[in-house]
Amino acid sequence: MSDKGGTVKKLMYINRKAPYGTIYALESLEVVLIGAAFDQNISLAFIDDGVYQLAKGQNTEALGVKNFSPTYKALGDYDINKIYVEKESLQARGLNQDDLMALTYEDEDDDWAEKNSIHIVSTKEMSDILEQQDVVFSF
Amino acid sequence: MKFGILVNEGPYTHQAADTAYQFALAVINKGHEITRVFFYHDGVNNGTRLTTPPQDDRNIVSRWSEFANTHNIDLVICVAAAQRRGICDSGESKRNGKDTDNIAPGFRISGLGQLIEASILSDRLVVFGD
Amino acid sequence: MSLIHTVNKSPFDRNTLDSCLRLAAKGSSVLLIEDGVYGAIKGTEKSDLVTNAMSSIAFYVLGPDLQARGVSSDKLISGIKIVGYGDFVDLVAQHSATQAWL
Repeated sequence: MSDKGGTVKKLMYINRKAPYGTIYALESLEVVLIGAAFDQNISLAFIDDGVYQLAKGQNTEALGVKNFSPTYKALGDYDINKIYVEKESLQARGLNQDDLMALTYEDEDDDWAEKNSIHIVSTKEMSDILEQQDVVFSF
Repeated sequence: MKFGILVNEGPYTHQAADTAYQFALAVINKGHEITRVFFYHDGVNNGTRLTTPPQDDRNIVSRWSEFANTHNIDLVICVAAAQRRGICDSGESKRNGKDTDNIAPGFRISGLGQLIEASILSDRLVVFGD
Repeated sequence: MSLIHTVNKSPFDRNTLDSCLRLAAKGSSVLLIEDGVYGAIKGTEKSDLVTNAMSSIAFYVLGPDLQARGVSSDKLISGIKIVGYGDFVDLVAQHSATQAWL
């Protein structure tokens, strides 16, 4: 797909809402998947209740709605591997990285070694990452 | 400067559509350009011509249509979000076996790629939502 | 250039102002719009949060949203600048990117 003259921008998707209660998490993920085709510098931030999107063990069978959590695991295949989770948001909810799904990608620059896509970052680090962005999507 | 605008909520329930409109108007009045206004989530409801507000209320939908017509603004409704919420143009209507369409003048239905493209082509993207 | 953050929810209803101020970098700006304008009022349980942040962040509030809600300018925390929609556009243009805390 066209990248319009080779412009590569830093695009960040901010996820601050829990899944299922509202559609924002799912429709945000749909934008991320479409956006992956544009060859931009993509990163995802999970802040506040957004961290619940990455929780292990989601099962929506009894709700009659689609469990879209496996899609996060496919992000690595779309070359989306900068996934930042704010440590303070996890801590505030009594969570740590073990409570989150493992998201990985294969690093083509390192003999396709499997690497972790999730980076747990401090508020200060998240703040610095935010400041570097050209475009910030929030839903 | 080129501005992209994303509207995430429908008209009347949230102020987002009103704020987005006032902002868009100010962008034009300041001599800037609007690359595209993209409607996503319930924001797609900004584009149904069947909206009939009371006479003493603003008509948010026709206000967008007039804005698009006057300033040649590209108003794009996300197709995936629109299908979920029952907004369709004649093509979508026929394709899905519906008996009518309801898209308002000045709007068009297209894919999410139009949002990403707008963010790349614009100098600034501004998001309005809940 | 730095980010401009918009907050559109009352700080008494949602955590968006708290989250915004936790993550807003020094030198960035915050624009309070819609129900977010209630965060600009002095003498509330959220006023100190805003006042403390003002040493490193510039605060703006959207005048039309204040007027709609009957909030007069004498009720505001001193140092918060009242702006119109045109200024909103200027502020977005003057900052590197916009983050909406929805």
